[in-house]
Amino acid sequence: MKDADLIIETTLLAGKIMIENGADMARVDDTLKRIARNSGITDPAIFETTTGIMMSVKGAHAQVVSIQRRRIDLERIARVNDISRAYQEKKKTLLEVNQYLKNLEQTAPDFKVYWLVLAAGIVGCTLEIMYGGSWRDFLPTFCLSALGYYIFYLINTRFRVKFASEFIAALVIGFLAIFCVRSGIAKSYGMIIIGSVMPLVPGVPLTNAVRDLLAGHILSGLARATEGLLSAVAIGMGIAFVLRFF
Amino acid sequence: MDLKMIIFQLIFSYLATVSFAVTLNIPRSALNLCGLIGALGWLVYKSLYLVHTGIVLANLVAALVIGLSSVIAARLKKKPMILFNVPSLVPLVPGGQAYRAIYYFAFKNDNLALRYLVEAGMIAGAISMGFFLAELGAQMYFKLANSTKK
Repeated sequence: MKDADLIIETTLLAGKIMIENGADMARVDDTLKRIARNSGITDPAIFETTTGIMMSVKGAHAQVVSIQRRRIDLERIARVNDISRAYQEKKKTLLEVNQYLKNLEQTAPDFKVYWLVLAAGIVGCTLEIMYGGSWRDFLPTFCLSALGYYIFYLINTRFRVKFASEFIAALVIGFLAIFCVRSGIAKSYGMIIIGSVMPLVPGVPLTNAVRDLLAGHILSGLARATEGLLSAVAIGMGIAFVLRFF
Repeated sequence: MDLKMIIFQLIFSYLATVSFAVTLNIPRSALNLCGLIGALGWLVYKSLYLVHTGIVLANLVAALVIGLSSVIAARLKKKPMILFNVPSLVPLVPGGQAYRAIYYFAFKNDNLALRYLVEAGMIAGAISMGFFLAELGAQMYFKLANSTKK
């Protein structure tokens, strides 16, 4: 049963990439079952959670894959989706799909760090104006949200401590916002803080949590909701700390 | 609010959505459509807010519009729906309410803090309700379309 082993391995690999990069469980379930069915397995038994996937097929060894890290990268989810569609239309063989998924970590394009930081700055300053802030705070918000995101990015990529990155970024943003207002550069530190923490907001985990819960994946939904809430609380703690003591 | 202000808000919501999409590493071909959906969602929210429907209903309808346009965009581009609806909701995030809740918690005014916390929670609930309704509507539509075809 060499063939069945390869099918299970490929399916699990696709699932691992999707969950690692923040796909919702209904979609993961759908894609994995599609790959398995198109490989000729009529009743695949797949159990997926946010921290691991198990899959077994009659007549072959069951396999388990654990998922250690989670981040948000929608490009890779889209690519797994594309390749599973191509496989369904018989444009790719199973071995090609397996190779493609194995190399996806290197081949998928990422935005360069300076683009990410620039984008984070734009998110902050445009939202600050849209929420009714003053034009005097426009430039400080741009700088602070870019700086905050850069710190968040650095800590996330260098160290494996998830919630510290949000806390420290929020701490720096809050401290510098108050400094800007005290030194007369900016007008309202509230608006600067609201704008600057926006790029850090855990939008994907929280949206996914609700979708998972409504789709019946209660375990994953609760895990995701906890993750999103912890990130939000970490940001809030950072800001509260600054407001309380300065 | 005059026409200049509306156009200005639309451009800014487009920019905010596209840049948030960049931080989530969205495929480049989907960026523009994302921005348009984000601007549409903000337009719906802002116009409902200005006719005093209340903040929760405005968020719900805006999320519904974003959800429905994301379904259409996902069908058009043959890409997962999550690419379009997550970046587009960034202007609707209740950042102001969450900030005020934290502000009043830090200064020991728990009554006001809880009020804003509940408001932020209600907005978040309204947004997810809007997405849920959009998905339900889309599924019902495609079921009906399939059954009439056969």
